Amino acid sequence: MPFTPPKDSFSGKIFEVGIGRGEKAVTIGGENVMPFHGFEGSAPGKPAVAFEVQDIPPDDWPDTVKEVFKDVSGDPVTWASYCQDSLGADAIALRLAGTHPDRGDISAEQAAETVKKVLDAVKVPLIILGSNHAEKDTAVLVRAAEAAKGTNSVIGKAQEANYKTIAAAAMANGLKLIAMSELDINLSKQLNILITQMGFDKEKLITDPMCSALSYGLEYTYSVMERIKQAALAQNDAVLQPPMLADVGMYVWKVKETQAAEADLPEWGELAGRGIAWEAVTASSFLISGAELLIMRHPAAVSAVKKFIAEFSMEVR
Amino acid sequence: MLIIGEKLSIIAKRVREAMLKRDKGPIQEIAKAQWDAGARMIDANIGPAEDGGEELMQWMVRAIQEAVPSPVCLDTTNAKAIEAGLQVHDNQWGRPLINSTSNDPERFPILELAAKYNSQIIGLTVGKGGLPADAEERCAIAAEIMARAMEYGVPLEDLYLDPLVLQIATSQDHALHVIKAIRMFQELNDPPMKTVVGLSNISNGCPRHVRPIINKHYFALLMYNGLTSAIADAAEMGEVAKTIDIITGKTLYAHSYLEM
Repeated sequence: MPFTPPKDSFSGKIFEVGIGRGEKAVTIGGENVMPFHGFEGSAPGKPAVAFEVQDIPPDDWPDTVKEVFKDVSGDPVTWASYCQDSLGADAIALRLAGTHPDRGDISAEQAAETVKKVLDAVKVPLIILGSNHAEKDTAVLVRAAEAAKGTNSVIGKAQEANYKTIAAAAMANGLKLIAMSELDINLSKQLNILITQMGFDKEKLITDPMCSALSYGLEYTYSVMERIKQAALAQNDAVLQPPMLADVGMYVWKVKETQAAEADLPEWGELAGRGIAWEAVTASSFLISGAELLIMRHPAAVSAVKKFIAEFSMEVR
Repeated sequence: MLIIGEKLSIIAKRVREAMLKRDKGPIQEIAKAQWDAGARMIDANIGPAEDGGEELMQWMVRAIQEAVPSPVCLDTTNAKAIEAGLQVHDNQWGRPLINSTSNDPERFPILELAAKYNSQIIGLTVGKGGLPADAEERCAIAAEIMARAMEYGVPLEDLYLDPLVLQIATSQDHALHVIKAIRMFQELNDPPMKTVVGLSNISNGCPRHVRPIINKHYFALLMYNGLTSAIADAAEMGEVAKTIDIITGKTLYAHSYLEM
């Protein structure tokens, strides 16, 4: 008797969220199956990987990843164009790190200018990120949203402390919104409820349950994502059906394993390869737990993850 | 939990007058309020409706479905009125539910209607011989109704077993018999049989201020024991249904779960 693999089917479905415009627009989500289980149902969109770019030079990045961008990272437009044209980025994530009060305190107006310039230069979808300073982000992201009006870009992150202003700005300017809560599934659901109660369409949300790096809490993010996916699909919980984001690069490239020299820790092996592997393994873990959108830094790690996506989506046998 | 909005009953004076005058206003207002409070089916109870029941049921079904995108529970003992209602029911929001058949041979023709119109149907576990004494007797009657349903070509997943809730004020011991019957009904088939109760009957005859308290607590116990649906006031039961779904892990907790 031939073996028939059992199939799970679910009543719920992840919202299909389109980002960007024109030929380079990207669609994430839309699946009614667990990650990479397209054979059990339908999974029209594939996970997308955005390259992280900053408004200021990445002085705080370790050499392994700083070196790759040394010729372009002095200017966000050059940097973003390089990621699009030479590295084949699906999307660009522009982090307005320089607006943080401790890192230059760049004004909201100036940040909005940068957003405009990058938007003019690249065709792939743009993800506009604040500096993760809840108060400053309120001012910065409102101006940035205005600069991105009508481009169907993604903006974030809206958190409990500032979601009202940022969600309103996203709504007014036709943008998709990242809602981030801190590693707690109930708070994640609550934030999505609060944002939708403002009249924001839940089908334009992207959930960020907060990321972490391998060996630095990865399992927390992993379980929260897994549980959100189960609630979305098996319990058909509409509030939890937006696709999920894993902001991988910023967590990976500050842990010891991506920075400690081989001379100091020879048993850990070669530094550059170790860092790249750390980012690739962290990212691919979150694809398995259900992320549909990744933000990453190192091109070699991105290539590895893109290959992983292609193979697990059964495009390559 | 499917709540079947119960407020459209001929027993209520305002509804009865609206029915007699064919005044859609109050009917649609009540249906809309039940829908907004979370009811996903509306009960249309027109009583025995011996005179003009067919036309009345059609008028009710149309009035309700003009106001809310909901299927209707056709609640009458008049088989002709049920058939008339089935003929005009718009199935685009879900199939109708007939209320009801039982183990009384006079009610068997209603099963034929369910098969003919591909409708769902409630099987009330009473027979010709009067009220069931306990959970076991309810189960025995349920088994007979199930056999009859299959004979008439009604799939068991379209049959909702109703253990018949009695008044706490006069039949206190039946409150627990009914809970036990809800548990036992589920064992009668795989997948488990669907169940339904006419919830507010539990507090019928009780003082007005006590009724919602009894209804809510009884509903919580029934839900915990696996009840699938209830003919009830959605405005009164919504928060109980949501809270029990949280406590039993059927939905994920969030601080504003009541507002969803």
